[in-house]
Amino acid sequence: MADHAARVSIPPRAPPNPKYVHPVTSPGLFDRDAAEAPAASASAPKGKAKKAAVVEAEPAAKAPKTAGPRRGANAEQLAERQREISVAEFFTKNRHLLGFDSPLKALLTAIKEAVDNSLDACEEAGILPEVAVEIHATENENRFRIAIEDNGPGIVKDQVGKVFGKLLYGSKFHKLSQTRGQQGIGIAAAGMYGQLTTGKPMLIRSRPGRGKAREFVLSIDTAKNRPEIHREEEVEWSHGSGTRVELELEAKYQKGLRSVDMYLKQTAIANPHLTLHYTDPGAEKVTYERVTKELPPETIEIKPHPHGVELGMLINMLKSTESRTLSGFLQEEFSRVGPKVAKDIIAAAGKGLSEKSYPTRIAREEASALHEAIQKTRISAPSTDCIAPIGEALVLAGLKKEIEADFYASITRPPAVYRGNPFQVEVGIAYGKPGGVGLELTEEGRIKKTKAQIATEDLVAGADEPVRVLRFANRVPLLHQQSACSITKAITQTNWKSYGLQHPRGALPIGPMALLVHIASVWVPFTSESKEAIAAYPEILKEVKLGLQECGRKLGTYIRKGKKLQTEFNKRSFIEKYIPHIGIALQEILDLDNTERDTTVTTLEDVLHRSRKV
Amino acid sequence: MAKKASKKAAKKAGGFEVAKTVVKRTAPLDAQDKKTLGLISNTAERVRNTILKQALPELKFPVRSLQNVEYDVKKGYFELGKLRKARALSVNTVRTFAQTLRLMSVSKEMVENDDFATKREAYYVSKNWGEAKFNDQPESDTVLDDIEALASLDGLSREHLRYRPEEHGGSLAGELTVIDRDRTTGQEIRINCARMGTGAYTIPSSVEHLEFETKANFVLAIETGGMFERLNQHNFWRQANCILISMGGVPSRAQRRFIRRLSEEKKLPVYCFVDCDPYGIGNIYRTLKVGSGNAAHINKLFCVPNARFLGVTPQDILDFKLEDATHKLLEVDIKRAKDALKNDPFFQAHKPWAKAFEQLLKMGVRAEQQALAKWGLNFVMEEYLPRKLADPDSFLP
Repeated sequence: MADHAARVSIPPRAPPNPKYVHPVTSPGLFDRDAAEAPAASASAPKGKAKKAAVVEAEPAAKAPKTAGPRRGANAEQLAERQREISVAEFFTKNRHLLGFDSPLKALLTAIKEAVDNSLDACEEAGILPEVAVEIHATENENRFRIAIEDNGPGIVKDQVGKVFGKLLYGSKFHKLSQTRGQQGIGIAAAGMYGQLTTGKPMLIRSRPGRGKAREFVLSIDTAKNRPEIHREEEVEWSHGSGTRVELELEAKYQKGLRSVDMYLKQTAIANPHLTLHYTDPGAEKVTYERVTKELPPETIEIKPHPHGVELGMLINMLKSTESRTLSGFLQEEFSRVGPKVAKDIIAAAGKGLSEKSYPTRIAREEASALHEAIQKTRISAPSTDCIAPIGEALVLAGLKKEIEADFYASITRPPAVYRGNPFQVEVGIAYGKPGGVGLELTEEGRIKKTKAQIATEDLVAGADEPVRVLRFANRVPLLHQQSACSITKAITQTNWKSYGLQHPRGALPIGPMALLVHIASVWVPFTSESKEAIAAYPEILKEVKLGLQECGRKLGTYIRKGKKLQTEFNKRSFIEKYIPHIGIALQEILDLDNTERDTTVTTLEDVLHRSRKV
Repeated sequence: MAKKASKKAAKKAGGFEVAKTVVKRTAPLDAQDKKTLGLISNTAERVRNTILKQALPELKFPVRSLQNVEYDVKKGYFELGKLRKARALSVNTVRTFAQTLRLMSVSKEMVENDDFATKREAYYVSKNWGEAKFNDQPESDTVLDDIEALASLDGLSREHLRYRPEEHGGSLAGELTVIDRDRTTGQEIRINCARMGTGAYTIPSSVEHLEFETKANFVLAIETGGMFERLNQHNFWRQANCILISMGGVPSRAQRRFIRRLSEEKKLPVYCFVDCDPYGIGNIYRTLKVGSGNAAHINKLFCVPNARFLGVTPQDILDFKLEDATHKLLEVDIKRAKDALKNDPFFQAHKPWAKAFEQLLKMGVRAEQQALAKWGLNFVMEEYLPRKLADPDSFLP
């Protein structure tokens, strides 16, 4: 939740609409948890915890059916109720939902949350991110101490406790804008996991802006879901603004495709503006340097698009709107709705609804008609300036930076819309182990073997292996549940044979290739709360496929050229094998000396190479 | 031969230097030798000059196939047509290109040293060429045939290039005295082929220097050694006053030249007695009579235009009731027969042959010479040959 920290310390952008809760954006579990824990946040200083207010406002809007007994409940009563389910209990039972289901995954999740949040924070503050990740082995081989340090805006003293010591303290899931974090689980959950498995508190160090650095030792009061600060002091820290989080947790470190190493490498690819220092448990240090000094463009938060709204959400919005007329409601709460479109919708709905109808009085049946009418009405697509793709050039730069390959291609598709949510697809290809066919055509028309290079990581698959798929959602690498993801589906449904790759039916294509697919959206439709796979909306599938095809065509051209070069090389090598014999025969017959023979042979080789076309 | 010896001794690893020039030439180069050497060095010079002019060299050879053969009944033998094939430096030809030049180089060395190599030996010589070696003998034979065809344009033959085929057959018995000369002393040697006992005289690989004396009525050229043995053992040659020659399949050039000289100089009719199948007719007999399509360039001297086909004819199968002593024509037989009818200018020029082939194809069977044994082992000389020889005009052309 460093992202939250970041958000708190800088002026918030357009405040999220507190009147309704986007059903899609509020995964029930945590939502309720957050909603049921307003006591602590209620006491937070109003100004700084503006987002917390969103959380507080939820219960009423969220559960209209059970609203009866709850609606009148004051904060104190809610607080009492909330104690009945302890966060710790919930957390222990549901750690898999948060990505802490195995020690292996726990390590990744903890680091991932921290890094993602650091990045969000830096970007929002307009700082070029430089993040250090450390994993230290401990005496207990099942425990690791991790530290994530960023050069972000830092966190003000009063917020540190809540940001790190309180679960589901945040705001990101209520706004429609492209951020890495979407749900407020974050580093606090990691801290709690560490606390549960090792009993050790977190160590936080932060310097906001020009202030002094302070160090906090804090743990989470799991029963009350609130921070318990054990120690807090000013410290000397030779570091600009930024935050460092340290915690110890039960974990397992392992290399491989779903390792922390891989996550960091992929993060470096998708975030070419990031410099990342990594110290692994063996104290090996790696630095991923940034290739651009440009931050991703700041994205604009948008209102939901009418076509993306579900009936339940519509009803909630009607109930909580401040608009006095139906027409006003439609225009104010949604994007792309003007008087004309509002009029069309209302006319199409019928059921006695008029532009003047009072939104909060609209009954369920009428709302249903209204919902249908919205779907039927032509409404222009949502604006897409709320999306910041990485960009073709930077996808390419990111790939080139971290993956040694022979051929790269990238494509950024134009933005598209699924269910009213704008999204944008990017595809990148890194093909061929370094050296590839290992041949190049020289200016003299000869085919030379290129210098063999040293293969790096396994991001490019072996020639007879399925291609490696690098999936990203809002620049965050997705390492798990590959087969359940619509990106994988789109890849397997694309005809790679026509681009020169082997492609078993219904499986990934085979070849020395890394395939990057990035989906940027104000709301990435994950199949579950664990944010591991993207749901297969037809629009998304289609866009990904189009992107794959565009890159595939470039790849096909390259592969065909390579194959042609290879064939020609083989032919020439074959011919060259026999040229010395021609030399010997000519020498014997014509009584040439060795120099004459060699001149003849060399000339013949030249003639051969010049006369043959590639 | 020194080459061969050194080859045999050569070990794989390390190996030996290939021995050069052991047999020294005693006699000076004759005109033909000089022509041969000129042909080889001209060819090489052309290749080299093309290369030095920055162009891809190519070798041109006459096409060796029936398609490139012309047959004039009056001349009586196959002649090479004008089709040429070029061998440039491409993937498909570079290997043969190199091998051709290397074999020509070997040829040059042999002419200079008055040596020779059999086709088999030439194949083994290549084993010292590393990458360029021949993998099997048909490969080297093909290249040799090409060189030979090339040489033939200059009126040179394989013998001039110093390559020799493996000899086969060539046994002779009958009313003939061959006058040969001692290799070293040059003294005349008279060989009476009627006095070879139970053995036979063998036609040497070079026959130009031989002289003949004979009172025989005709020459009987026989396909198989077995049939020759039978006729020789029972002194059929005495009974019929003839000369028996075993060809052992397609007759070698020396045999053809030998028979040709007998036919021309001693005015002897030549009768051919082979199996009744497309191979016996289309290959053995046709080659004896008009030469081979493969080596059409040298047919002029190496053929026997007067030869006639005694048997076994398709009609003989019926006349001598051999139907139940036949075998079905194989796929390859049928193909060969059809090919002969369609492409072979010789068979196209002689109607009776076309008819005979059609008859054979219709019957769908083939009969061997030995099939006559159905009527008794000696039926062939007691009944078949006398009956046939009684009417030489009925022989196929």
